[in-house]
Amino acid sequence: MPTINEQLGAYSDLFMLLAAMAYAIAFISFAWDLAKSNQTIRELESGLLAEEAKQLATVGAATTTENRYRGPHAPAADDGLLVNESMNYVRKAGKRTAARVGVSVAWIAAAIHVFAVVSRAIAAGRVPWGNMYEFLTTGALVVALVFLVVLLKKDLRFMGTFVIGLVTLMLCAATMGFPTPVAHLVPALQSPWLIIHVSIAVLASSLFTITFALSVLQLFQADRQAKLAAGKPDRLAFLRMVPSAAALENFAYRINAVAFVMWTFTLMAGAVWAEAAWGRYWGWDTKEVWTFVIWVVFAGYLHARATRGWTGTRSAWLSIIGYLCIVFNFTVVNIYFNGLHSYAGV
Amino acid sequence: MALTRNTDQPSSSGPGKGKGRKPGGGDVAVPALGPLGMLRWAWTQLTSMRTALFLLLLLAVATVPGSLFPQRSVNPTEVTAYLDNKPVLGQWLDAFQLFDVFSSVWFSAIYLLLFISLIGCVFPRAKKHLQALRTPPPRTPARLSRLPENGTLEVSELPADLPDSQILSRSAALLKKRGYRVEQRPDGQVPSVGAERGYIREVGNLIFHFSLIGVLAAVAIGGVFGYTGQRIVVEGESFVNTLVSYDSFTPGTGFKEGSLSPFSVTLDKFDVTYDRESTTHFGQPIDFHARVTTSEPGSEPEKQDLRVNHPLRIGGTAVYLVGNGYAPEITVRDGHGDVSYSGPVVAVPQDDVFTSLLVLKVPDAQPDQLGFVGLFLPTAGVNSSGVGISLDPSPVLPQLQLNSYYGDLGLDAGDPQNVFVLDTDKLTELNSRNLDSGGLVVNAGQTVKLPQDKGSITFDGIKRYAALDIHHDPGKLPVAIFAALALLGLAVSLFTPRRRAWIKVHPAGQGARDGDDHGGRIIEYGVLARGEDPRVRQEARELRTLLEGEFTGTSRTEV
Repeated sequence: MPTINEQLGAYSDLFMLLAAMAYAIAFISFAWDLAKSNQTIRELESGLLAEEAKQLATVGAATTTENRYRGPHAPAADDGLLVNESMNYVRKAGKRTAARVGVSVAWIAAAIHVFAVVSRAIAAGRVPWGNMYEFLTTGALVVALVFLVVLLKKDLRFMGTFVIGLVTLMLCAATMGFPTPVAHLVPALQSPWLIIHVSIAVLASSLFTITFALSVLQLFQADRQAKLAAGKPDRLAFLRMVPSAAALENFAYRINAVAFVMWTFTLMAGAVWAEAAWGRYWGWDTKEVWTFVIWVVFAGYLHARATRGWTGTRSAWLSIIGYLCIVFNFTVVNIYFNGLHSYAGV
Repeated sequence: MALTRNTDQPSSSGPGKGKGRKPGGGDVAVPALGPLGMLRWAWTQLTSMRTALFLLLLLAVATVPGSLFPQRSVNPTEVTAYLDNKPVLGQWLDAFQLFDVFSSVWFSAIYLLLFISLIGCVFPRAKKHLQALRTPPPRTPARLSRLPENGTLEVSELPADLPDSQILSRSAALLKKRGYRVEQRPDGQVPSVGAERGYIREVGNLIFHFSLIGVLAAVAIGGVFGYTGQRIVVEGESFVNTLVSYDSFTPGTGFKEGSLSPFSVTLDKFDVTYDRESTTHFGQPIDFHARVTTSEPGSEPEKQDLRVNHPLRIGGTAVYLVGNGYAPEITVRDGHGDVSYSGPVVAVPQDDVFTSLLVLKVPDAQPDQLGFVGLFLPTAGVNSSGVGISLDPSPVLPQLQLNSYYGDLGLDAGDPQNVFVLDTDKLTELNSRNLDSGGLVVNAGQTVKLPQDKGSITFDGIKRYAALDIHHDPGKLPVAIFAALALLGLAVSLFTPRRRAWIKVHPAGQGARDGDDHGGRIIEYGVLARGEDPRVRQEARELRTLLEGEFTGTSRTEV
């Protein structure tokens, strides 16, 4: 067994803090982008309205059509300029300076974060997910990287505040709540399944994190669309930077489908490992119970998409509940419930 | 109201409301359902997607109490403790089987209904898909331009004598190469090709669901014919796989004693490695390593290593290392000076530094039976309140700190007793911290006399022991196979796009650009996604490129 490099471990801790700070800056930039874009939208919109009113005045039409421009499919509305249904980058979106700063800083933060996690792995001479601190820091890295990689193709910057905010939170929780010096693995964790089972679990969880954000936005957007259709004023104007509820739902479904297959694999790989470690592939340990609950909830989500009356808002709720179960499984179950998974270094 | 399978109609159409007033509707006379009709109705409801969804969510909710309350199947001692601490609440919880959630009536009802619903859904679907596999692709729509993905190609420079049928067959070949099942329709109003792909999507879906049934069946078989047992083996001792050798044994309902495979495991040596370099995790175990000799009838004894995560697999039975501890070797002499006990005594570790609880009953002691209860400390120390604690998991300064008793151990009646608990009701204290005699403190190699000439106790040495779990589960392999199939089927069903495509060949009439009718043709294509398919646009684009490549000289008219 290789010797622990405590010096390198100390550097890892330092860089983890630096990464958290950099993420915090990126988070502020994204939040600033939301606030500022809200303002730009209003300016753009009032300009358009004024222009339109002038035209109407010259024609002499007395009908007030204020709401026409507020509807999700209003032709002159700027929704189409800031974001489109397939979430590809569009011309006008390039002007969001604060968001661009946010993305750049997030990349820098991720680079520091990669160093912190990799140096920890080298210091310990094993995979960097053997206790709660390592799950959190590595999990946060995967969430950040998945988000940044998706950003290369799709304009999901409207989720930046949430995702990078969560990553910042995870790093803070890890460094403040569960500081754990580098150490060897206890015998129960010395298995190749640690690499397979946990890595896929972390990856699936980070995908579920992204769909959680999409589903929450979908609920807000659906509510806003319904209100707009009923002719009520637009209270959540920043949602103009967010695609329609249907587009969010479709995108969330595609990611959830991938994540569900990964979660199924996590569950099965866990069962194989449990067979080798504890002599039974399934024994209703608390962690197993919750992994199963999450699996069933997302299975329900997939079925809901094929059931009339359950698409849209209801399936979004299932996706959200599923994610809350994941958070519960990772936090409360790990910390407060006594079970076979309790050696996770809490 | 028509009740078809997988209907998503609300249950207001149930038989109970047959004569009632329908919500939002007028008085509608609904024909009464007979008993058979009632059954059909119930079956239809049960196998509907809506019910399946409801049962799934119910299953998720019903599973949760299994993590909130201790479970007998997982940790029976915790359940006993819960019942002792909260007898009233505990009895109520027990009445609702909340300590046996996963074998409870209500949990079983949910998952059995779910599986019945599943069976009622997948069998008709399998039949339907078998038919679909034999049915040609759907007929060509009148207007392909109505499809979300469509386009036309003008073919102007083809040889005049190239017949439509040739164009059709070449287009069909293109589609076939892309995995479509094709049918050429040269005789329609407009010659066309109909094609469909992704039949395997439904196949995957069916495999997934059938595999789940397989998993459940295999789990049940494993539960019926399997067994699990525990045994503690001290260094130098052997375990022989017979019923009497087990400390505890849990057979399935279909277990027969003859199905125990004959083998034996001898624990030669048990090694533990601790982390001695780390300043923060000093003394954390790094490796538990049991060196064993296994033997089966008809073969030479074999030296093997048994470690955590690396069980011994002997035939269809597996032996796991689930725990370890110290077994101090103790010799007890009775009041007559005769040796009444000699051997290792298994001590149960209480913490990470192996502060271990030890109970020794000596029924053979004369004139009085003797009992000892107390601690074994591998590295003895004293905490701030003067209580003995262990400072390290290694046996640096091993010590016994015991209370001793004499009297009736209660073993003579033959009632089974827990070996790790000393019933002191009929015993008299000899040594205790509260008595003048004080507690017994015995270091390795020492002999200490008991008060009142009741005898003596000698701490001869230490051995380690391994706690073994022995499992036999014939359902294991089928479960693994079905689970793998389920995963495969799931991936196929979620990621295989199901698409339909059509290609039509029109004569290029007045629409043709240069007006010469040397066989100018317009090829029209359309692609339709069935279900979720984010890449259908890409597919249409690729199809167009292929068609352009096939019929060279075509010019682009429209995307």
